[in-house]
Amino acid sequence: MSVVAIPQTAARAAPRNLGDRILRGALRLAALTLVLLVVAIVVEMLRTAVPAFRAFGWRFLVTSTWDPVAERFGVVPFLYGTVVSSLLALLIAVPLGIGAAIYLAELAPAWIRPPLAFLVELVAAVPSVIYGLWGIFVLAPLLRTWVQPFLGTTLGFLPLFKGPPYGVGMLAAGIILAIMVVPFISAVSREVLLAVPNTQREAALALGATRWETTRIAVLRYGRSGLVGAILLGLGRALGETMAVTMVIGNRPEVALSLFAPGYTMASVIANEFTEATSDLYLSALIEIGLLLFVVTMIVNGLARLLVWSVGGPVKVVRE
Amino acid sequence: MRRLTAGFLGTMLLVTGWSVRPAGAQLLMNGAGATFPYPIYSKWFDEYATLDSGVRFNYQSIGSGGGIKQISSRTVDFGASDGPMTDEQLKQAPAELLHIPTVLGAVVATYNLPGSPKLRFAPDVVADIFLGKITKWNDPRITAANPGVTLPDQQILVVHRSDGSGTTYIWVDYLSKVSSDWQQKVGKGTSVNWPVGLGGKGNEGVAGQVKNTPGALGYVELAYAVKNKMPVASVKNAAGTFVEPTIAGTTAAAMAAWKSMPADFRVSLTNPPGEDAYPIASFTWLLVYKDQPNELKGRALVKFLWWMSHEGQKYADDLLYAPLPPPVVKQIEARIRQITYQGKPLTAAR
Amino acid sequence: MTPGARRAVNVAMSWLAASAAGLVVLPLLLIFAFLLWQGASAVNLDFFVRLPKPVGETGGGMANAIVGTLILVALAAGLGLPLGILGGLYLAESRDRRLPWLARFLADVLNGVPSIVIGIFAYTLIVLPMRGFSALAGGFALAVIMLPIVVRTSEEMVRLVPASLREAALALGIPEWKMLLRIVLPTARAGIITGAMVAIARVAGETAPLLFTAFGNRFWHQGLDQPIAGLPLQVFAYAISPYDDWHRQAWAGALALIGMVFVVSLAARVVTSGRFTGVR
Repeated sequence: MSVVAIPQTAARAAPRNLGDRILRGALRLAALTLVLLVVAIVVEMLRTAVPAFRAFGWRFLVTSTWDPVAERFGVVPFLYGTVVSSLLALLIAVPLGIGAAIYLAELAPAWIRPPLAFLVELVAAVPSVIYGLWGIFVLAPLLRTWVQPFLGTTLGFLPLFKGPPYGVGMLAAGIILAIMVVPFISAVSREVLLAVPNTQREAALALGATRWETTRIAVLRYGRSGLVGAILLGLGRALGETMAVTMVIGNRPEVALSLFAPGYTMASVIANEFTEATSDLYLSALIEIGLLLFVVTMIVNGLARLLVWSVGGPVKVVRE
Repeated sequence: MRRLTAGFLGTMLLVTGWSVRPAGAQLLMNGAGATFPYPIYSKWFDEYATLDSGVRFNYQSIGSGGGIKQISSRTVDFGASDGPMTDEQLKQAPAELLHIPTVLGAVVATYNLPGSPKLRFAPDVVADIFLGKITKWNDPRITAANPGVTLPDQQILVVHRSDGSGTTYIWVDYLSKVSSDWQQKVGKGTSVNWPVGLGGKGNEGVAGQVKNTPGALGYVELAYAVKNKMPVASVKNAAGTFVEPTIAGTTAAAMAAWKSMPADFRVSLTNPPGEDAYPIASFTWLLVYKDQPNELKGRALVKFLWWMSHEGQKYADDLLYAPLPPPVVKQIEARIRQITYQGKPLTAAR
Repeated sequence: MTPGARRAVNVAMSWLAASAAGLVVLPLLLIFAFLLWQGASAVNLDFFVRLPKPVGETGGGMANAIVGTLILVALAAGLGLPLGILGGLYLAESRDRRLPWLARFLADVLNGVPSIVIGIFAYTLIVLPMRGFSALAGGFALAVIMLPIVVRTSEEMVRLVPASLREAALALGIPEWKMLLRIVLPTARAGIITGAMVAIARVAGETAPLLFTAFGNRFWHQGLDQPIAGLPLQVFAYAISPYDDWHRQAWAGALALIGMVFVVSLAARVVTSGRFTGVR
């Protein structure tokens, strides 16, 4: 998508009348408000996180205690929970999402593409709290009654599957996150694949490749960095997801290897404990976690955007 | 384009106009805090709304920690907590806060076992379960106190609170008194560093978790367990008797301890002396400013507090809370009379 | 590999990809089925017109939560749409050197900020100084979430307006501001409305930022500077409770919520179809 080139006319070289100046001013104001808003968010969070910086310094990043009574706080259990649940989600969502994207962009018959693409978009439109609801009443009992006991007896020798079957826990969180993140990976991957020039496909087809081989050799390889970008975008979503995860993760600030164990994510601890952080240090520690979350998602999203654009130009990435 | 903008602006105006408080409408009082008394508070506020159509009490049960925090930040008109505020917290509040007891409740151990047997726990057993030292249901220390009950060879899935909770405070206050191990390792507060277990949000969350998880054990306020037809355990009290959590047991606990009731009502009722006392009971308090910032709201609050401590108490039994003992009600009356607006008492002489 | 084998692989991969697509869509169908099954029994007239009942008593409804969500979304749109559309217009039309780049970059950053962080921001900016939770704070938080979506889609839609239209207007002597407001914006109208609807559908379901801004209300709201109930908040509170009646109502609330969201999403689709082809 290229920028519309508007030739400079004499009348537009300098705003001559009041109307132009007013509108220009108003538009600039709108843009400035946006800028100020983001700056204000960062400044405000830095300001309220200062007590925690001063009290803990770098140790915050390596402490795994979360003790409101003794006022010792560390981010490790939440960082661990966020990373593990997100990676688990990606493990499930990436093959499904890219597979669906390939189907929608390359392999599906033309009549099925619009309705299917619409359905995928709808998956993304379902509010998080509804996924959480479904997670509590459908997924968790399923895991507790069938899946976890099964995994425990067959693969229980692995530290990943040890422990009592609560139903809720890291596994449930990972699965719910995967469901929520997959439409984003799929949608962006699809756009990446569509942005691959047709000449690539035609060249492969001219050489006698099957549809799948064309996809594999010409399209996927060309759009590789864009696909990585789509994955990173999915990761960015997973990192910040709050409600559904809070409802199924078990709320236990502890690093545990098992997927059956309850955990805690950065977003969940803020959601659960923010309104009741009775001391300033407690609140400050929570906001420092929020700040870390903000920084991490910003980096991941930024990287994602760069990679996606490297394929076909500024592909539309805002697709909520 | 013009029609669209006009339609948009029109809708905005309609929504705003409808939303702005019309003259003569109700006064909205906002409160936040404990989930422990939420069943009776929601009943009270519902009933009171029919008695006084000019005021509405909107109570959100976000946990005692939240109640303390929000009233200290003055974002609500009153707070609620079952863990009394510490001296530190009181000092941090912008003005003097009063604790007004409302009802008494019991915190019970509830569990999910096939057949819902009635279990008995000794205090050290409870502490060790929550410390992670006792991990199985058929541990000899549990079976010893429960002859005749077949306990499964299953892991105990401990459930505690994930939010700042007065119910937690009452529970760990008790554990700190009966187990020096607990006192040293964990201590007491509205939010502690739990050795084992997973966290549910609010009494509701813990009850829900235990109800849905076979083999789970958690602590909740009595009303939550009974309303959900969940079994509750008897606990051995300081006098050596296994007492079931009932209104009688809770009142006995209150009577045993109230003689040493301090003027500010911040008292702990756990592990009291007394044959019939249930050892894990507590008052729950409403937190209000001694000097109210708003006259209309202050009057409404004082009226409600008076109603609550008199007529409101009759709702307690049905919902499995113990009503305030009469001597305590007298003390509360005196306290309510001390609530002022800009120095002038808000209660008319009664 | 023999041609036959290659053809077989082709078919196999097509099926695999198709099943991937199916698995992606499956949860949606499952959830919708559950919502209908569990929630339909609780959706009755009471649900839409009654206020919540005290804890443990059956009956009551979510009337105030439904209205609350509508109000919160209206507030968010009132703040976010004008600002977002003007912002998008700026990004598409401005000839300034650095501000557009900065604004675009920060809009993307804002888009990735977790909604709970935005809730914290609204709490410190509005709830604390106002000394209270309010619908305004909730609406503000939702507006901030909406903003980047509206800005970016508006920018795109404005860019798509053909240069010929602009030049024709300018050639006729129409001043630039009139050209933008009376010709460019109306032409981009359909796409901008779509973007607005997508943004609205997104924020209608947001729960996290409302936790510390709108706060929730068991009764009717009493003004925009007071706490207000919201459908996602109510669903959350009921879902984690242990009462069966509340669970059923949570499903019904979820059904109502997803109904709202889907209707708006569908409407957005309908508006775009046939207006601008090749946009998505």
